[in-house]
Amino acid sequence: MNASELRSTVLEILQSIAPELDEALLRDNRPLRLQVDLDSMDWLNFLIGLSQRLKVVIAESDYGQLVTLNDLLAYLQARLPKGHAGA
Amino acid sequence: MFEFKLPSLGADMDEGTLVEWKVKPGEAVHKGQVVAVVDTSKAAIDIEIWQDGTLQQVLVEPGTKVPVGTVLAMLLALDESPTAAAAPAPARQRVSPAARKKAKALGVDLAALKGSGPEGSVTLADIEPAAAASAAAPAPADNRPSDMRQAIAAAMSRSNREIPHYYLLETISLERAWHWLEQENTGRPITERLLMAVLQLKAVALTLKKYPEFNGVYQDGQFKPAAHAHIGVAIALRQGGLIAPALHDVDSKPLGQLMPELADLVKRCRAGSLRSSEMSDACITVTNLGDQGVEAVMGVIYPPQVALVGFGNVAKRPWVDASGGLCVVPTVTASLAADHRVSDGHRGALFLAELRECLQQPQDL
Repeated sequence: MNASELRSTVLEILQSIAPELDEALLRDNRPLRLQVDLDSMDWLNFLIGLSQRLKVVIAESDYGQLVTLNDLLAYLQARLPKGHAGA
Repeated sequence: MFEFKLPSLGADMDEGTLVEWKVKPGEAVHKGQVVAVVDTSKAAIDIEIWQDGTLQQVLVEPGTKVPVGTVLAMLLALDESPTAAAAPAPARQRVSPAARKKAKALGVDLAALKGSGPEGSVTLADIEPAAAASAAAPAPADNRPSDMRQAIAAAMSRSNREIPHYYLLETISLERAWHWLEQENTGRPITERLLMAVLQLKAVALTLKKYPEFNGVYQDGQFKPAAHAHIGVAIALRQGGLIAPALHDVDSKPLGQLMPELADLVKRCRAGSLRSSEMSDACITVTNLGDQGVEAVMGVIYPPQVALVGFGNVAKRPWVDASGGLCVVPTVTASLAADHRVSDGHRGALFLAELRECLQQPQDL
């Protein structure tokens, strides 16, 4: 999965949690939860969605690293199983 | 033969439009079964029945707007046969001739009106306020955000008008709870991880057992304590607005059970699939605005409840420990808004102190 495909998949999962999300207004280098108004339950559901779809284990101790969309994409890209198609 | 009435759906929902019947005349129903769906200003609600029986006659058809308390259907009890019981005619709404004429002239929907006259009859005095309210806030069927805002405003105005609030704040160290949660979640798959919000809800429920005067409703001039710790959880809807459905028996459930129940409640709340019991039987509300970064919440009590507990954000802050040393620990500011007709500040302070102690023993939650 390349960077563009990963971004699309992440945004698709995010939109399932926050259907009103306007992708055009999203800034990849700003805190994601604040921009999309994700409370702790939304955030957990988002991470569950990512974890299940991308087969990536996201430790709770890593949550602090996942502030912006850029942070999240880099974190996931580094942990994607080899040859994962994101299906 | 018994009546099935539209139950109370909370202080800010006094009427609803029947969307559909889930059972047909002649079909058996059992206690707890969803038998109808009613649309309110906030959401579509699944209406449960609380007695076994057989649906005999439907009195309200889909598409009809009716006030809370309206008889929706007649049912046969388990020991009755269809021939033994004749369904009475639907209770007719009493409307004075002058009121009927005025309602027609002003376009007021009589079916949605609760009469203030003898035996609930609608009088001329009921029509003009209804017409004024309708003119002040026209409510098209597809305008839920506006309807919801109006419903919340009405309930909160009533709260501020009727309830003599007092407010208390307590900043609580969550050092133990934080570390306990961290350790607990390390061993859990992501789908079973716990949130701090669940620990807070359970701590409130356990505190209520010791201070029951905060768990109940104020009705007919007196406090009626609740038998269960059904906690209303304030849930923000993504399109705006707020619903506070009940999470049931919070005091007696382990955290591992409360977490998926809370997740399910939030999901159904946002999907518009709540049950009537969840809308009506909460006896205290907990609101958590910590995720939005606020330090504390000074809440407005949801009538007829008598208390509301609020939590601000959990963040690391300077703290003086028991030995007088300065350190940095995660803390939260808990608030209590309570009703002076039922309790006073001294008991409220004890409530918050007990809540603080409960959160120091996360393994016991």
